[in-house]
Amino acid sequence: MDLTLHVWRQAGTSAAGDFQTYKAVGINGSMSFLEMLDLVNENITREGGDPIAFEHDCREGICGSCGMVVNGIAHGPHDMTTVCQLHMRSFADGDEVWIEPFRARAFPVLKDLVVERAALDRIVQAGGYVSIRTGSAPDANATPVPKPDADRAFDAAACIGCGACVAACPNASAMLFTAAKAAHLSYLPQGQTERLGRALDMVAVHDDEGFGNCTNHGACQVVCPKGISVDYIARLNRDTIRATLGGVGSPAATAGQ
Amino acid sequence: MQLDARIPSGPVEEKWTRRQFDMKLVNPANKRKYNVIVVGTGLAGGAAAATLGELGYNVQCFTFHDSPRRAHSIAAQGGINAAKNYQGDGDSIYRLFYDTVKGGDFRSREANVYRLAELSLNIIDQAVAQGVPFAREYGGLLANRSFGGAQVSRTFYARGQTGQQLLLGAYQALERQIALGTVKMHNRSEMLDVIVVDGRARGIVTRHLVTGKIEAHMADAVVLGTGGYSNVFFLSTNAMMCNVTATWRAHKRGAGFANPSFTQIHPTCIPQGGEYQSKLTLMSESLRNDGRIWVPARAGDTRPASDIPESERDYYLERLYPSFGNLSPRDIASRRAKEMVDAGHGIGDLKNGVFLDFADAIKRLGRDVVSERYGNLFEMYEKITGENPYERPMRIYPAPHYTMGGLWVDYDLETTLPGLFCIGEANFSDHGANRLGASALMQGLADGYFIAPLTVGNYLAEAPRADADASALAAQGVVKEVEARQQLLLGINGSRTVDSFHVELGRIMWNHCGMARNEAGLKKALQEIPQLREEFWENVLVPGSGASLNQSLEKAGRVADFLEFAEVMCHDALTRDESCGGHFREEHVTEEGEARRDDENFAHSAVWEFTGVGNAPVRHEEPLTFEHVPLSQRSYK
Ligand SMILES: Cc1cc2nc3c(=O)[nH]c(=O)nc-3n(C[C@H](O)[C@H](O)[C@H](O)COP(=O)(O)OP(=O)(O)OC[C@H]3O[C@@H](n4cnc5c(N)ncnc54)[C@H](O)[C@@H]3O)c2cc1C
Ligand code: SF4
Ligand code: FES
Repeated sequence: MDLTLHVWRQAGTSAAGDFQTYKAVGINGSMSFLEMLDLVNENITREGGDPIAFEHDCREGICGSCGMVVNGIAHGPHDMTTVCQLHMRSFADGDEVWIEPFRARAFPVLKDLVVERAALDRIVQAGGYVSIRTGSAPDANATPVPKPDADRAFDAAACIGCGACVAACPNASAMLFTAAKAAHLSYLPQGQTERLGRALDMVAVHDDEGFGNCTNHGACQVVCPKGISVDYIARLNRDTIRATLGGVGSPAATAGQ
Repeated sequence: MQLDARIPSGPVEEKWTRRQFDMKLVNPANKRKYNVIVVGTGLAGGAAAATLGELGYNVQCFTFHDSPRRAHSIAAQGGINAAKNYQGDGDSIYRLFYDTVKGGDFRSREANVYRLAELSLNIIDQAVAQGVPFAREYGGLLANRSFGGAQVSRTFYARGQTGQQLLLGAYQALERQIALGTVKMHNRSEMLDVIVVDGRARGIVTRHLVTGKIEAHMADAVVLGTGGYSNVFFLSTNAMMCNVTATWRAHKRGAGFANPSFTQIHPTCIPQGGEYQSKLTLMSESLRNDGRIWVPARAGDTRPASDIPESERDYYLERLYPSFGNLSPRDIASRRAKEMVDAGHGIGDLKNGVFLDFADAIKRLGRDVVSERYGNLFEMYEKITGENPYERPMRIYPAPHYTMGGLWVDYDLETTLPGLFCIGEANFSDHGANRLGASALMQGLADGYFIAPLTVGNYLAEAPRADADASALAAQGVVKEVEARQQLLLGINGSRTVDSFHVELGRIMWNHCGMARNEAGLKKALQEIPQLREEFWENVLVPGSGASLNQSLEKAGRVADFLEFAEVMCHDALTRDESCGGHFREEHVTEEGEARRDDENFAHSAVWEFTGVGNAPVRHEEPLTFEHVPLSQRSYK
């Protein structure tokens, strides 16, 4: 099949960008979307142009490197799919495809489709961990964890940090990402001690980094390739409220955990 | 080149304890005065950087990714081994040690492997305390499965995303140290060389991938956790950016490279779909626990699987290896699949795969149980192939997956270049000639959390401090070299893209240094590689400049290094005139078609010394002795 691509090209963060049009010719349905871009880039390079910059690494939906908006949807048309897992059988001969970077105030464009997502790391730095030192851990089976809790923790921990939720949100909020990390740890006994402080600190950094507020729009959940649920945001909000009311670590704050 | 493995004396069970006791310690108040560079944020590098930070050293950590969480370790699926014996099925440290030495076909160092098995217990404790959501039983205790040929259930897992969850544990510990200021993180920074001052590694030179800035970073010790080099084959299961640059550049500065030809070809990957393919996708080995592997008994049979009756199917692993069957070790399962395909039994449009069938498992366990165990893998398969594995068998074929070879290290994980340590898949590891499933994650974390932080400390306590003037001079020199090489690449302005060279190199390596090797083929490769390298330096086309984000330039540097490295890999395969583990020389086969080792002449690790690009490298040997695991022919019949 042959396609027409309209790709956002931008030389650097402070440069102006615009859409450029490319032909993608002889595309096979079992190619991945990124393999299609590889092919286009090979042609651009051979013709003496500057290939389209985009991030990718694992190409199997787990590293969270890839990310672009395809025809208006972060990661493209399929649910539960990163753009590296999108295959060309989802497109038809003659299609026009619009490709843009993830846009958000907290994600400056570095070049073309590459954006800087380090703000997400800084949210984790604020408290997205359990404070234990290497070598100080008790035996792994000393604290049984009910299977449903472990499963819920896993569901939340499946987030790949791609930032699609931010790109899809009209407020460019990263609350789905933040809430997923908080929920992962808050479902486990190991995460209880620091639970409320973690909630407050991560949300504070989230706001400082220039991500918008969550207004329950729900677009994040729709594009999330890992099916992270907006219910975690409500859970995180409950924790921050509890922390603010009772003061972190107070009996009121820890009651009912 | 001196190869002193510095194995502590005493019984194997006590060696690590003794070594720790004998170590020199750095006074806690002085620790922050020592700078340590860690390159890589995978399980090995991430764990080491976090732990060195916790201990109080001043750590600088580097990755070419935009975030430490993206390291290739994130993609590991199946699980991590540990001799916890939570299942009470007779496992022990000794058994894991024994299995690993034997599984590695007697080409690893007993003392190191014993320590690995010992530390496996601490890893699980550590991960659980960090909040790694391992699979659990209904009673709330940790679940295990048997994996990749093990006859005990010692593999811990987090659905099909064990690597992701373990890496997030290490990443979170690392982010905590970054917040505390003990670790300074340098994202999007690619290490391009090592700075050696007075015979010791004292720093690295990096290029910032966005600004293009090339700069030196100095330290008292350097730790490389930069992963494996399977991408020398171009098509592999590794992430696209995995490469050999860090260890290769260290090798060129004096670090011996051990057993480069020991590569693992994983039996269960999705077969190549066409020329356009950029990488291969692994289907976790855990699938072999319940899936049955077969091909049509008649060569050239093109009927769909559902039309082939039981009696006309060849479950060849079950037939050839009655006791291990579908769980026979990776190297064996891979080689047998190749034999079947080469003999015309291949399935699929390109006749380049074998079936992995879940029909019996679904009948026996029900669809829900199968989905609980493998659901996400089935989804992944369907996304890629458009085929539903609940309804028709998966198509699989072997693919390059893991590299046992790497920088030679002594018991302390120090390379032959003093002050340069190497951990995780990047070192020549504890896996000998074949790695057992679920043992790479274990090794990366043992190295990163528990070994390197202590042995690096011991080095710092013993080593003299660097001379500042000599360091500055050396750094300047290396920066100039790196800049010059970059200018060279950008200035060629030829007519072939970087990828086209990589694809061609991959083909040479797969054909001649892949699943089966022979003298004629390896010699041919040794002629073709230098020719291709020459053409690369005359005719590669690297667009753009070095002053900004330039992904073609990044790739060009990596492929240029692969083009040098590939040669030593072939030299290694050629001079190891025996078959062992994943190194299968067609000249050395038993009557049953298995690898025939030659313990008399090859019970050693081969360690290569660099003598200049295009010059024959010098081969050294570290003899291996087996006191606990008696040398024997592996048999999985
Ligand atoms: C698909 C797949 C599935 C697997 N499943 C399993 C499994 O189930 N169980 C198991 O035990 N093993 C498994 N393995 C193997 C295992 O995942 C790896 O061996 C292991 O994760 C390697 O970890 P590492 O820390 O050594 O390196 P990596 O995770 O590869 O990390 C390397 C790091 O070094 C950085 N780096 C490299 N070069 C440079 C440079 N020049 N400059 C700056 N930074 C650099 C990278 O950015 C990265 O951060 C699997 C492997 C694959 C490919
Ligand atoms: S919550 Fe979903 S969309 Fe957001 S970063 Fe995580 S995986 Fe990506
Ligand atoms: S490239 Fe890793 S998730 Fe897409």
